[in-house]
Amino acid sequence: MIRRAAAILAFLVATAIPSAAVERFPKPEFETGYTMPGTLTPPPRADILENLDVAVLAGAIALASWIVLKRRSRRETFWLMLFCLLYFGFWRKGCVCPVGSVQNVSLALADRSYVIPYAVVASFFLPLLAALFFGRTFCAAVCPLGAIQDIVLLRPLKVPSGIACILGMIPVVYLAASVVMAVTGSRFIICRYDPFVGFFRLGGPAYMMAAGALLLLLGTVIGRPYCRFICPYSVLLGWASKIARRHVTITPDECVQCRLCEESCPFGAILMPLPKKAPEPRVSGRRRLVLLFALLPVVAAASGWIGARVSAAWSRSHATVATAEAVLLEDRAGLEGVTIETETYRKSGLTRAALMQAADLVRDRYVVWGALAGVFVGLAFWARLYEFSVRRRRDDYVPDRETCVSCARCFEYCPKERQKDTGAEAGS
Amino acid sequence: MMSREVDRRQFLRTGLNSAAAIALGGAAGAAAVRGSGGDTVWQLDPEKCVQCGRCATECVLKPSAVKCVHAHDVCGYCELCGGYHQPYVKELNTAAENQLCPVAAIKRTWVEDPYYEYTIDEDLCIGCGVCVKGCGSFGNGSLYLQVRHDRCVNCNECAIAKACPADAFKRVPAKHPYILKGEQGRTQPIEEGGEKA
Ligand code: SF4
Ligand code: SF4
Ligand code: SF4
Ligand code: SF4
Repeated sequence: MIRRAAAILAFLVATAIPSAAVERFPKPEFETGYTMPGTLTPPPRADILENLDVAVLAGAIALASWIVLKRRSRRETFWLMLFCLLYFGFWRKGCVCPVGSVQNVSLALADRSYVIPYAVVASFFLPLLAALFFGRTFCAAVCPLGAIQDIVLLRPLKVPSGIACILGMIPVVYLAASVVMAVTGSRFIICRYDPFVGFFRLGGPAYMMAAGALLLLLGTVIGRPYCRFICPYSVLLGWASKIARRHVTITPDECVQCRLCEESCPFGAILMPLPKKAPEPRVSGRRRLVLLFALLPVVAAASGWIGARVSAAWSRSHATVATAEAVLLEDRAGLEGVTIETETYRKSGLTRAALMQAADLVRDRYVVWGALAGVFVGLAFWARLYEFSVRRRRDDYVPDRETCVSCARCFEYCPKERQKDTGAEAGS
Repeated sequence: MMSREVDRRQFLRTGLNSAAAIALGGAAGAAAVRGSGGDTVWQLDPEKCVQCGRCATECVLKPSAVKCVHAHDVCGYCELCGGYHQPYVKELNTAAENQLCPVAAIKRTWVEDPYYEYTIDEDLCIGCGVCVKGCGSFGNGSLYLQVRHDRCVNCNECAIAKACPADAFKRVPAKHPYILKGEQGRTQPIEEGGEKA
């Protein structure tokens, strides 16, 4: 009883001391041979499994390339896609994926102190390397985000090419924005707004689930909406694929212009033959090119300026800047600790000057990176313009290397393909 | 004429392709060289944590992968526990209305007079930190929050990390995935992880 009273007294005394993590109560001396349990430390997933993921990724991309280029089989592509959806999506919970790794890699390049695991570097690098050699075979069957959209596609409608072209610029802007947000240490927006990872984890924030459901619903009639009009990684893959050494062809042989494949691509990635235009007078063609190149610095400067302005406003999304501004507001209004952030700051003992300096540093970084990102977007727009103005003649139906995801759907529409198949059967 | 144009474009493409492959390899190499390369996981620094409650609400998992853990060698085994009991509690027993924990995840067992052991049922704990706050202000601060790696899915960017007002989250090497209090924390070397200061 006396010990109990002493304990309560000690408690009352202790409550008067405001600091945490002090030994207010001495460690008890047990008389009954009681042993204290230790703290359990369940380990995270083993490194070795991380390497296994990379191996599976590399293997799946290689297999996908072989299937679409050599086997030319939609069915095999589909089964591989299903496997990858289960493995990278539902089993590995879609994280970290090559799409998101863009952010890790750019942060690692911009910030020396950021440590990037090898597995993440590999997951960024492998799909792009494959795209340089074989086109977007990663998108065909390996990416879980692409796969989940691909399997819900029921009745593809055609998106008018003009609209598709405009919407197709969104990924460029998204890529630029996500790099700015990543290198300034704000947040990884690709991960935050990944619409499908919630499905893979079987649960997530309401906005994420709603966006994912909406996209999948849309995806039943519009082929892979995330891939075509949102995915920031698709920009890099598309460019790599454009200059790829090899790429899928619709026909295994020579195109006979039968037009049978014309409507077969659910992603609008088949380019039709373009007759050579009536020969244009050389002068006007040249004048257009001169104009275009004169426009280049203007576009770059303007978009860089816009990028810097937008980013400056955006810097508020960085925790340090937000806290600094909130503290200033509180000071002005004569308040204190309105939000947990400002309260934590006030308790931390950091001087006002240090906080403001840190915030300014972040703002500066935003402006610099914002300007660079703006120039990048401007150049991408300009390149699109350039492409339009120097249309070349095209004789055959060919996949648009940039947007084609090598899904292998169009192959079987080609009479030459069918001829080859029956020929092979007859031969065997 | 036509074939020469095609040849030229083919040549251009191959050249660009090689340049891009080299650039890509360079970027990947630079990124890999800069980082130490080992795997990292998210962990929170209990010294920085202010028990704001966001660990319970922001994690992508429901319930959160953050749980309360107990450094028993720091604990006073008090009969009246600042982490277990409501403030100004009248009866020192296990009645639900006397408990601080909203989900009754703390088990209180008598050891010997006047000592009581407090253990956390991690299946129940939601990581709200209410007990941690209580223990920190009225006790020895032996209760604290940790990301539990048998549950955490190691998001590329931890959702709590971005919401934490105290900047308590950081990436740590996967080999030393906990920042422990007490004797265990001293024997286990704590290295700086993902974001070095
Ligand atoms: S476009 Fe993006 S989301 Fe779609 S399959 Fe390719 S990498 Fe994945
Ligand atoms: S979010 Fe940060 S401050 Fe809040 S409880 Fe978690 S670790 Fe502690
Ligand atoms: S009070 Fe909160 S943190 Fe503590 S054991 Fe209960 S649920 Fe877990
Ligand atoms: S990394 Fe993800 S699962 Fe782990 S604590 Fe953070 S939000 Fe929760």
